[in-house]
Amino acid sequence: MSGDHHPELSFWRKYIFSIDHKVIGVQYAVTALVFLMVGFSLIMIMRYQMAYPGQSIPVLGNLLGSDESAYIAADGSMLPEGYNAFGAMHGTIMIFLGVVPLAVGGFGNYVMPLQIGAPDMSFPRLNMASYWVFFVGGVIMLASFFVTGGSANSGWTSYPPLSDIANEGGHYFWNGQTMWLLGMVFLITSSLLGSINFIVTIIHLRAPGLTFFRLPFFVWAQFITAFLLLLAFPPLEAAGVLQLMDRLFDTSFFMPSGLIVGGQILDQYSGGGNPLLWQHLFWFLAHPEVYVLILPAMGIVGDVIANNIRKPLWGYNTLVYSSIFLGFMSFVVWAHHMFITGMGTTLSAFFAATTMIISVPSVIILTCFLISLWGGAIRYTVPMLFALSFLPMFAIGGLTGLPLGLPASDIFLHDTYYVIGHFHYVVAPGTVMALFAGIYYWFPKVTGRSMSKTLGLLHFWPSFICMNAVFMPMFFVGLAGVSRRLWSQEEYELGALTMGWVRMSSWGAWGLGVAQIPFIINFFISIRGKKVDQNPWQATTLEWAAPSPPPHGNFEVTPVVHRGPYEYSVPGHKNDFSPQHISEA
Amino acid sequence: MNFGMLADSRFWLPDDFSEHGGRIDTLINSVHWFMAALFVGWGIFFVYCMVKFRQRPGHTANYTPVKAKVSKYLEVGIVVFEAFLLLYFSIPAWADYRNIPEPKEGADERFEVRVVAQQYAWNIHYPGPDREFGPCRPELVDETTNPVGLDLADPAAADDFVSINNFYMPVNREVFVRLSSKDVIHSFSMAKLRVKQDVIPGMETPIWFKAIKEGETDITCAQLCGLGHYRMKGRAFIVSQQAFDDWFAKASVVEEFDEDDFDD
Amino acid sequence: MSAEVLPYTVKPHPVSGLYSGKMGIWLFLASEVMLFGALFSTYIFLRVGDPAWPSHEETHLSIPIGTINTLILITSSITMVMAWASCKMNNIAKAKMWLTVTAGLALAFLVLKFSLEYYPKIQHGNVPSKSTFYAIYFTMTGLHALHIIGGVAVIAYFIGPGAKLWKTDPEYYTNRIECTGLYWHFVDLVWIFLFPVFYLL
Repeated sequence: MSGDHHPELSFWRKYIFSIDHKVIGVQYAVTALVFLMVGFSLIMIMRYQMAYPGQSIPVLGNLLGSDESAYIAADGSMLPEGYNAFGAMHGTIMIFLGVVPLAVGGFGNYVMPLQIGAPDMSFPRLNMASYWVFFVGGVIMLASFFVTGGSANSGWTSYPPLSDIANEGGHYFWNGQTMWLLGMVFLITSSLLGSINFIVTIIHLRAPGLTFFRLPFFVWAQFITAFLLLLAFPPLEAAGVLQLMDRLFDTSFFMPSGLIVGGQILDQYSGGGNPLLWQHLFWFLAHPEVYVLILPAMGIVGDVIANNIRKPLWGYNTLVYSSIFLGFMSFVVWAHHMFITGMGTTLSAFFAATTMIISVPSVIILTCFLISLWGGAIRYTVPMLFALSFLPMFAIGGLTGLPLGLPASDIFLHDTYYVIGHFHYVVAPGTVMALFAGIYYWFPKVTGRSMSKTLGLLHFWPSFICMNAVFMPMFFVGLAGVSRRLWSQEEYELGALTMGWVRMSSWGAWGLGVAQIPFIINFFISIRGKKVDQNPWQATTLEWAAPSPPPHGNFEVTPVVHRGPYEYSVPGHKNDFSPQHISEA
Repeated sequence: MNFGMLADSRFWLPDDFSEHGGRIDTLINSVHWFMAALFVGWGIFFVYCMVKFRQRPGHTANYTPVKAKVSKYLEVGIVVFEAFLLLYFSIPAWADYRNIPEPKEGADERFEVRVVAQQYAWNIHYPGPDREFGPCRPELVDETTNPVGLDLADPAAADDFVSINNFYMPVNREVFVRLSSKDVIHSFSMAKLRVKQDVIPGMETPIWFKAIKEGETDITCAQLCGLGHYRMKGRAFIVSQQAFDDWFAKASVVEEFDEDDFDD
Repeated sequence: MSAEVLPYTVKPHPVSGLYSGKMGIWLFLASEVMLFGALFSTYIFLRVGDPAWPSHEETHLSIPIGTINTLILITSSITMVMAWASCKMNNIAKAKMWLTVTAGLALAFLVLKFSLEYYPKIQHGNVPSKSTFYAIYFTMTGLHALHIIGGVAVIAYFIGPGAKLWKTDPEYYTNRIECTGLYWHFVDLVWIFLFPVFYLL
């Protein structure tokens, strides 16, 4: 079927408006990596202001604030406007334009169809549309930095009424917050198209013999993620539409009556709305979103660990069931972000209970990975180092969720740096390290060449150390009771007492920036690097049954699957790995 | 890079002046001991595996999955302990924190204030000696003379006064705060009193607490509220009843307005 | 790779019993349920929280026009089924006729909605910013109208350039009409909820 002759495509159809899942996957991954770099640069600049409030930023300071309309910095030091704008956009870019597109759009698109032995995604044109809609959303987000009044500055959560009245000085339509909402609508649409495609592909295009319980864990992770995207994103789309109405047509969905801003009664609004409505709709998405960020990462970690311990993952079925349960539960925990909005005892007890329950499958998944190591023959390859580092980092991220999920301790910790430390441990040292593992692991499949191990180690160790230097201090700042999102915390009694930790974080962040240089070099030189064969890691899953790089249509012959995904070191078999598609071992 | 301050940096919870804070601190401390125990346990197992089962000549992986009952016990243990934390610590502490006690018959010692948050200041509205708040209306708000929009025509309002950013309260008395906001969402946070409550415009949120030690703590806004979020800073003074009465008598005569607090 | 080469584009999958497009449209509708579900929840949230919610007399929504529009949409659902049935019976001319009728009814719905409902309301100053009732009314019915417009565009496509597919692969074309129909029924169903919620309750 797929060995058919395909006519040569033009450059545009082949590389730009391609409908090949692999090209789209690479487009997603490269765009997302660029966005990750942009989002990370924003925080590296902000961290100067945090560590040295009011002092002019070396080198960049004057670039950011040279003319009069500049809102980011003045006289070389960061303005509160710029700080809030960068803060909001850092979160937005990292989550919606960086991690999700890389984990789902990039790895999901490239690897998933290969792992199930499919020639492509079920809807190739929809797939292309999903990338380009994402791209437009990203461009709108980036463009918002350059309009009058600057980008959105009400946090990545965009809580109204603040966001309803934000960027008032700008254009009626082309202003930061409105563009943020518009960008979000594009990004949500893109995710929606992608998720439909993923689900149909996984159900319909699995190779013969590849039953659901022979799927690599990565495919399962993508499958569950797709459902989360499909069902959790529309409420945010609805919320986005409502906020657009508030901003463009002065409706009052999120505006209560009688607001007075800067001494002026806001009488263009009728009032009667409720700011908490936004929070409910937002967190109904944004909590499942956390699992959208973490599940694909777990999928990558599962695949990489199984390959490098040379034995099957411990408790594969448990892993799958836990992930499904995690997906379901993620829809009923959202209000644990809202304990201190004035929630009563019963409701808070309910959401605290669901939050405690959702910690159980996470613990089970982590335990399965840890026990998998027992009895293995661990190969310390670069992807394995990244995957292993995910485990303790995710453990810290997950455990520190406990005091935040208990309403009583949340009274003190809510909206402090503790929260920032907690979710960054999940998504930065957790998910991002897993994504790096994925890049090193599948790079040979995408390019047919391997990445340099030396540069990989030079990337791993400094990154691992710096990640912890950045985020560990945040717990102490948070436990000291310092609020998040302060342009300067030095004027506060407890803020001043924790400036040492803040500076450590900042230096860690800049170190982390430097630590990415070996990666960037490695990435580019390895495109012309050492050629490797089709299956350099001696892996068992189907993507390694295709040539590297796989041609259009992926497989020379449609593979037939004979066994589970991680059959390593099977007694009596010739090799220590038994690929899924080879019948006699 | 100057990490000299690291040595002086605080790394755990600040002092606690409140009655309910002890339970919050106990909960935070217990959770962290629990977390540390789990993490160290996992860590030892993790490091042991990484060393013991490294690939080396003569060592092969074992295909047969290990029979590990211990993980089941661990998971059940975690569930039980989490349930314990939730049911024994968190829910009762939360209920006491959230549920405002009914006024007692006769001499109710409750001390009541309104706090009206705005970009970027805290208006502490005291009811004056009559212990009754005058009505407030948005259309009467004048940022320099009447920040909370007090209706001075009403007799109850006559002795009301507003203190900006400075919150005086007597020690050892139940303090009831009725929180509201004029513009956007703020969050009323006093770290050393273990109090934090979002202030949602359009609704009045009551909280209560009891300070049991004299001292001072910052009032911080914990919810991003705009460009001046970082300087929405007040100060809470917990003083003896005597000192409070003196201050109260003086303050209820002279209204405290400071225009500097209202630059945009 | 052109879509035709992929398995289950036209023929149903043995296990799911659906061809890929049909499963795709069902999933899409699931997400639409979440979208409109969020908006209906918003309606409830706002209404419960607002003691000054306008009574039926105060809203000036015309039950007769609403009823006519409801009947129009229900009829259009029937004609949509007729179009699909005609495809199944291999009669493309009749199918196109029924598709045209469907699109015509949809346009009639839109004309009534805009000329007799939106326009007079805006004339009388009952704009979205007047109250949260009008805000949610215009937002939800407006979003629904956008769905109708989208549906009309798709139907027009299958009457026009999209019909070329009939010549090469009639089954594939029939499937596409079926998927369009599923979407169309969903859009009607949303109106069936919107009508009582705004006009009657």
